[in-house]
Amino acid sequence: MGRYLARRLLLLLPMALGITIVVFFLLRLTPGDPAAIMLENRATAENVARLRHLLGLDRPLYVQYLFFLRNLATGNLGDSLVYRRPVLPIILDRLPVTLFLAVYAIVLAAALAVPLGAWAALRKGRAADRAVRLGVLLFLATPNYWAAIVLLLVFSVNLHWFPVGGYGETFGAHLRHLFLPAVTIGISLSPILVRTLRHNMLEVLRTEYVRTARAKGLRAVTVFTRHVLRNSLISTVSILGVYLGFLIGGAVVTETVYAVPGTGFLLIKSTFGRDYPMVQGLTLMFACLIILVNLLTDITYALLDPRIKYE
Amino acid sequence: MSDDAQAVPALVAWQSARPRRRPFSFIIAAGTIMLSAVVLSAILAPLLISYDPIKVDLASSLQLPSRAHPLGTDNFGRDILARMIYGTRVDLQIGIIPTVTTFIVGLVIGTAAGYYGGALDGVLMRVLDISMAFPFYVLVIAIVAMLGPGLVNMYIAMVLTGWVTYARVLRGEILVSKQLEYITAARALGASDFEIIRRHLLPNVVTVAVIFAMSDAVLNLLLGGALSFLGLGVQPPTPEWGLMIAEGRDFLLTAPAMVLFPGLALLWLGVAFNLMGDGLTDRFRPGG
Repeated sequence: MGRYLARRLLLLLPMALGITIVVFFLLRLTPGDPAAIMLENRATAENVARLRHLLGLDRPLYVQYLFFLRNLATGNLGDSLVYRRPVLPIILDRLPVTLFLAVYAIVLAAALAVPLGAWAALRKGRAADRAVRLGVLLFLATPNYWAAIVLLLVFSVNLHWFPVGGYGETFGAHLRHLFLPAVTIGISLSPILVRTLRHNMLEVLRTEYVRTARAKGLRAVTVFTRHVLRNSLISTVSILGVYLGFLIGGAVVTETVYAVPGTGFLLIKSTFGRDYPMVQGLTLMFACLIILVNLLTDITYALLDPRIKYE
Repeated sequence: MSDDAQAVPALVAWQSARPRRRPFSFIIAAGTIMLSAVVLSAILAPLLISYDPIKVDLASSLQLPSRAHPLGTDNFGRDILARMIYGTRVDLQIGIIPTVTTFIVGLVIGTAAGYYGGALDGVLMRVLDISMAFPFYVLVIAIVAMLGPGLVNMYIAMVLTGWVTYARVLRGEILVSKQLEYITAARALGASDFEIIRRHLLPNVVTVAVIFAMSDAVLNLLLGGALSFLGLGVQPPTPEWGLMIAEGRDFLLTAPAMVLFPGLALLWLGVAFNLMGDGLTDRFRPGG
């Protein structure tokens, strides 16, 4: 386990380096001089030169990258061009909102997907399985921004069950404000969960230990809960990082539709405000988040399953 | 390798040598019909409806559905059905162009890395690892943020981020396939690398990528629609379903058709691609 952990942590290093390179070169994609674009109509030669110097754009590329790294090491992701203050505190301020939404969406999606996935796997090839697969197909093709608007129209505008947008102050208010956004993300997440769980469960059902458990006389329910469900859930959860990437994508869209003050909404606003440092900071932060979750799931997985060793 | 395992290829060859009709697939048929309907609307748009999808006619804005305007008109007096029908042209492109482009780029890089291995493969593997860390939507939006909004920049962002998945899938398939004996045999007969890849490897591995491309088309369609909805992709007044939904948001109570029907159209096209993908999976990878 110790060796596994060491290898796993060591692998983070090139990974982190690669991510910083991608984020650094994002700014290089701007057509023309980023400083001139950021300044827009205030782009006098003097202003541009000053901002270029401020951003370090007048130095060689590798020096810029090294400066970028040095700044990162001290937690300095640059100043927002819109808010005129450091990017990192602004992002960290909004991160809890997005994380709350992500966890909420996972819980709702799992509540729907786990029973359906299990049901479909146990009834493979029969009517129930076909119905679930059809539902998966429909949900997978549903545009989440459209679903968001339809839900908003029905449940907020017409029925007044939920607020139209925002985040609220207390935990209870968060739950109420973020219910529709979480459902919206859940609509696109649940079909993926159902598919993965169904697939994993069919695999577990084929294993010999399940046959043995049945053969030694355990009741079907016991075999299902103790062996089948447990093992297929573990392998389903093991790709939590993949879901997280998906959830963050969903959060970007839904936060914008529901005006939820999270990092996703911030990304869209920064995109329109040409707030390049903020876009870079957010991209970096999301990548770090996914790496962290991948690391935690891998470690948990290794703790739970003694067969896993790094070769 | 045991004798049994060696006997298997012979058995497979014997089975596939017999003429065998593929069973009719209801799923593929349904997908084909749904997709054909969209393709036909795109081709026949001017014959299906006489209204201009772009021309503003403020005198007839926000009309309820009528005989003249089956779905009503939008806030600029444009016929919603006409915009829906012309929208097929744009949204089909969004589903197909980035998918085909990423497919080709990923195919070339993934195949080369899988076949030749070495440094190229090493670099690809690192790129794949790193790309896994970025949420797809976020990276695409970040790239569009830098390049500036617009359809072409959206395509560029989708290709820059999308090819890695194809490369991953094809690299894996090639790694397995190139170990097979008929490849050694082909090489022994003096076939060039290019010939081996084109005639022997690709035909065997490309199916997996094609199946993946079907679900990828849905993802690209949803992403392209979402970006246009957010104002980062297709720009007004082009009739595009995601953009139409965004334009209809402010008229939700007076003209819900502006939001409702473009969404249903996206759903229709997405389901069509998904059905094709599912049908192909059933056909080519039974049980998989």
